[in-house]
Amino acid sequence: MAFESEDHAKAYWKENLALMIKLLIVWFTVSFGFGIILVDWLNQITFFGFKLGFWFAQQGAIYTFIVLIFIYIHQMNKLDKKYKVDEE
Amino acid sequence: MDIQTLTFIVVGLTFALYIGIAIWARAGSTNDFYVAGGGVPPVANGMATAADWMSAASFISMAGLISMLGYDGSVYLMGWTGGYVLLALCLAPYLRKFGKFTVPDFIGDRYYSQTARTVAVICAILVSFTYIAGQMRGVGVVFSRFLEVDITAGVLIGMAMVYFYTLLGGMKGITYTQVAQYCVLAFAYTVPAVFITMQMTGHFLPQTGFGATLADGSGQYLLERLDGLSTELGFAPYTEGTKSGLDVFAITMALMVGTAGLPHVIIRFFTVPKVRDARRSGGWALVFIAVVYTTAPAIASITKVNILNTLNGPDQQGVLYEDAPSWVTNWERTGLITWDDHNEDGRMFYSNDERNEMHVDADIIVLASPEIASLPNWVVALVAAGGVAAALSTSAGLLLVISSSVSHDLLKRTLMPNISDRQELFYARVAAGVAVVIGAYFGINPPGFVAQVVAFAFGLAAASFFPAIILGIFHKRMNSTGAIAGMVVGIIFTLSYIIYFRFINPAADTPENWWFGISPEGIGTVGMLLNFIVALTVLKFTKEAPKEIQDLVESIRYPKGAGAATGH
Repeated sequence: MAFESEDHAKAYWKENLALMIKLLIVWFTVSFGFGIILVDWLNQITFFGFKLGFWFAQQGAIYTFIVLIFIYIHQMNKLDKKYKVDEE
Repeated sequence: MDIQTLTFIVVGLTFALYIGIAIWARAGSTNDFYVAGGGVPPVANGMATAADWMSAASFISMAGLISMLGYDGSVYLMGWTGGYVLLALCLAPYLRKFGKFTVPDFIGDRYYSQTARTVAVICAILVSFTYIAGQMRGVGVVFSRFLEVDITAGVLIGMAMVYFYTLLGGMKGITYTQVAQYCVLAFAYTVPAVFITMQMTGHFLPQTGFGATLADGSGQYLLERLDGLSTELGFAPYTEGTKSGLDVFAITMALMVGTAGLPHVIIRFFTVPKVRDARRSGGWALVFIAVVYTTAPAIASITKVNILNTLNGPDQQGVLYEDAPSWVTNWERTGLITWDDHNEDGRMFYSNDERNEMHVDADIIVLASPEIASLPNWVVALVAAGGVAAALSTSAGLLLVISSSVSHDLLKRTLMPNISDRQELFYARVAAGVAVVIGAYFGINPPGFVAQVVAFAFGLAAASFFPAIILGIFHKRMNSTGAIAGMVVGIIFTLSYIIYFRFINPAADTPENWWFGISPEGIGTVGMLLNFIVALTVLKFTKEAPKEIQDLVESIRYPKGAGAATGH
């Protein structure tokens, strides 16, 4: 057992899952939400010459994906340190 | 200097570079051969993953498909990038902590079952072969157009290259050559894109340029012009789609989940030293992929406007064939553009209604874009080198998956457990050799359905591997019976749907006949859901996974104590 206690192990996993689910909700919203389900509605808005829904489907979703992964990396490194399960 | 000489020089230089790297990075052990000794830095690994990922299909065909499909083409952009979020968040760190060489290794050990391992090996080999055949077609197209060598010779040169550095360097050689190949292909993709964007809109960045106003003084937005032209010529408006929303949803999901379930992508995350690096690799891979993927829709829309203007003329009355620019006649020779003068007025006309006289293959959008925009010859040569780099890097990665599936999963872990490290390495090299020969055969005699089969590989990976791996990590009580039942049902369902609509009864392959209007490309999403449902239902009626397996799952959930990947 790498954790100090059973409770720590449970808490670590819970925080990990909570972070993952939050980020996956954003992942779903920008691609399936803005890029597909709400695309016609968002297309009424013009954004730097793009219809907004179209922009999310061909540009915006990809940029958001990158940001999501780097937030995850940063938060997980902090979490690993907090529970002392990081690698030396 | 003419295009052909320049292309020979540029492609030759890149080949010399790849061979040099392969010699420098020779593999000495199975650890080197399968996972590059587990010592690849995350940024380099991200770059190599990106090169591995971006195949000839991405490089040559994707922008063309988007150009033809308009908004509907977004499925590829979102699908092939969104999968990396799933990989980095839900799979890579845990699989790295698990510390094995291959995906069937994980499935076999996590589900304590040789049956599960064998099912996984079969899936891995199937998926990888369909992929490699598609790559070889790409090499053939590039060689025949730019180097004007015979397609057979082109495929043989390409395969010999790949085999040489896979044999010599294994994963280590492949990884470092892929880093070089990424640089070549990204440069080759973005340079022409910057040029054509500047010509068309005066913008430097393709990513913002295709939303800008045209530089012809009309003050009209490029996409607005394209929508207008498309409607006038009988195409669907470019920024709106024709596919149903549900189908777009299903295809995007199948591509995303399939990406996260592809063995040759997952295996990249076994090559880094630490769990932390596996997470970072996923992030860097997506950054490098995004460089190309955010450029693609710009090339797609700008080149479409260019093509419509060159073929139909600025007044949309058609252009006299004898005045056609040289790229039209150049590409006519490869059969990728054809002109059939229906109304015998000697003018070309490209539309989507009865006036149409042209066939323009999607594959030329990227390959011909520098010529269409009259860019200098060295840019054309660069694009050729980029296309070859994309095809070679992906083939090498796939070859390694096939060879490790055979030598490691099938021989070492199943049939001949007593062979030594040296013998295993020998068999790995033999298996790679056999795979190269089969790949070359398909490259020279491509089955007509290769392009489609490549897209289906994603559906199959989505319906088989993805749920088994996710449940293996996040549901520690999941047992072997449930996982195997799920994989078998998922893959059989998806495969049957695809085979029925594409090969048995292609006449019925229309939205009215599809279940819920979901096309064969998107059916992997339903297959994945079925896999999850079956696995969870079977678990309810069977004994949960044994205690030691549940402990094992607990231990992969935190980074501390991750050793190098091993086969034992």
